[in-house]
Amino acid sequence: MPPEPTDAVKQGAATPAATGGALRPAEPGTRAGGRARALLHGLGPVLGLVVLCITGTLLNGDFATLDNVMNVLTRTAFIGIIAVGMCFVIISGGIDLSVGSMAALIAGAMILVMNRLAPSLGSPTSVIALGIGLALLLGALFGLTHGLLITRGGIEPFIVTLGTLGIFRAYLTYFADGGALTLDMDLSDAYSPVYYANLLGIPIPVWVFLAVALLGGLILNRTAYGRYVQAIGSNEQVARYAAVDVNRIKVLTYMLLGICVGIATVLYVPRLGSASPTTGLLWELEAIAAVIVGGTALKGGSGTITGTVVGAVLLSVISNILNLTSIISVYLNSAVQGFVIIGVAFMQRRRK
Amino acid sequence: MKSVLRKLALGASTVAALLTASGALAQTQNQVNMGVAIPAATHGFTGGIVWWANQAKKDLEKAHPGLKITVKTAANAPEQANQLQDLLTVNKINTLVVFPFESASLTKPVAQVKSKGVYVTVVDRGLTDTSAQDAYVAGDNTAFGKLAAEYLAKKLNGKGNIVALRGIPTTIDNERMDAFNAVMKNYPDIKLLDARYANWNRDDAFKVMQDYLTRFKQIDAVWAADDDMAVGVLKAIEQAKRTDIKEVFGGAGAKGMVKTIIDGKNKLIQADVSYSPKFIYDAIKLTAEARVKGEKLPPNTIIPSVLITKENAKDFYFPDSPF
Repeated sequence: MPPEPTDAVKQGAATPAATGGALRPAEPGTRAGGRARALLHGLGPVLGLVVLCITGTLLNGDFATLDNVMNVLTRTAFIGIIAVGMCFVIISGGIDLSVGSMAALIAGAMILVMNRLAPSLGSPTSVIALGIGLALLLGALFGLTHGLLITRGGIEPFIVTLGTLGIFRAYLTYFADGGALTLDMDLSDAYSPVYYANLLGIPIPVWVFLAVALLGGLILNRTAYGRYVQAIGSNEQVARYAAVDVNRIKVLTYMLLGICVGIATVLYVPRLGSASPTTGLLWELEAIAAVIVGGTALKGGSGTITGTVVGAVLLSVISNILNLTSIISVYLNSAVQGFVIIGVAFMQRRRK
Repeated sequence: MKSVLRKLALGASTVAALLTASGALAQTQNQVNMGVAIPAATHGFTGGIVWWANQAKKDLEKAHPGLKITVKTAANAPEQANQLQDLLTVNKINTLVVFPFESASLTKPVAQVKSKGVYVTVVDRGLTDTSAQDAYVAGDNTAFGKLAAEYLAKKLNGKGNIVALRGIPTTIDNERMDAFNAVMKNYPDIKLLDARYANWNRDDAFKVMQDYLTRFKQIDAVWAADDDMAVGVLKAIEQAKRTDIKEVFGGAGAKGMVKTIIDGKNKLIQADVSYSPKFIYDAIKLTAEARVKGEKLPPNTIIPSVLITKENAKDFYFPDSPF
């Protein structure tokens, strides 16, 4: 262990190469200005979300109903949870294009194993517990593989995960025989509360999303690991000189993301009780979009979990509003989303 | 070594075929070397296409000794175009059955194959220039929309609110929607509240349906326009605990849905319309049999879409198929 890891990293982060951000100590003179800028910059997505919500309410009174809000938050949970993991990877200067395919394969594997175990284990609860364990384990393993290929193998993250994007989905298609893998009826019934049940009037996936986001924020801002992640993204070379074990930290970020994908899958499977080759299509882009809209730079260095969560919610709100109104031709739905993504990113752009 | 042997065997079988041909003129069996180019199994329906194509290869190669079938699956249009070239130059096919990945971009490559003297049957997704094909075999998209509309209109006694889910913006989807609307024009008291794209995808259908349920307080029937989408629709209805909806009509005759109809398990699901990926099997079979006899197919063959209800559902249930 390095003697003073935190200070060393702080020095690294404060080099001229580092980009501005709320968490980074700035020169004393510019501190106030930097903070104001950071605040404004962090406000972009929140402002975007508020504007969208007002628009939504004006266009359709049902938008602001509790049911609809819960629908939107629940469906955001998958992408949101993955986006929290993705936020770490992107801050560290990496990327993972495989998360959608990974979620699909994990869902498929879960269903296969649970169906296989059901007759011999009897109690659905233990089968489901094993399934959940498997999902988290697989996520961590896939993340570990990514991390090792990237650090030890010296392959670009973009290339590694582009490869596994194809591999994961192909294996799911193969396991599903081109069709769909469907969970046993009894298991499906026993498992469905994980998605459909409420706790204090709030659906379980929303609670899980909240917990993951809080934990993510805590890890990013309050642990040495979190600071290392930011330092590596800021300037990998400097972090190395500061005796940060760059490879280990990087592997951990991919594992963290893999576990997040596992958690998202655990919530996804009870929704429809099946996985097919279209499961999780384009989730990687949605998760990356959520992170970027939330104010994290694609080149890494700094970013916030709050921003990421707001980004994810913002993206689901857009499609929800489009579904609740019929002002814009359905052909243009994706265009509207594209405009909003670019608009929000523009609002919170930073000077470089 | 192996290829030499195979060539020898092929030569021998050709000689044998010629001998039998000269022996019994009535039983002419032409050597048919067929290539089948189809999209890869990326969702339930194309999964079914791949399964039925391989099933056709198995059945037909057994039935016709002079027939050789090579099945190629492609993940996108350019890959399929490459495979067509390979089929021609490497596999030396003289017959092609192609399910084009995209209509426009595959037209030229298929035309090229045909210009080399290969007999071409196009399946389902048509080409933009029909002179690039010898025969066309397809499911009936007009009936797909029309049967659904007629069934729902009858079920609602000509009065009520319907929401529809659409697939991916494509010509087939437009054909289905137009046919549906054409029937509904005769029922002024039935209101189509909205039709949104859910991309033939369960997850998207779930979201779209949730939003419909928020937006419309009274929905009498849902035209899900696909069995995969119907699954998402049912889940959303179940979650919202809505009881106003009387019928959910899917489409394509996926085995799970057909089973539901046979068992009468869900009162919302009473009927379906067939649009089975089995038509690739029919297309391969029709082409192979015609070519073996040295005949031609009619320029257009439409595999009818049929209303599936509890009475006839057994005939549409293929438990081994992945779809």
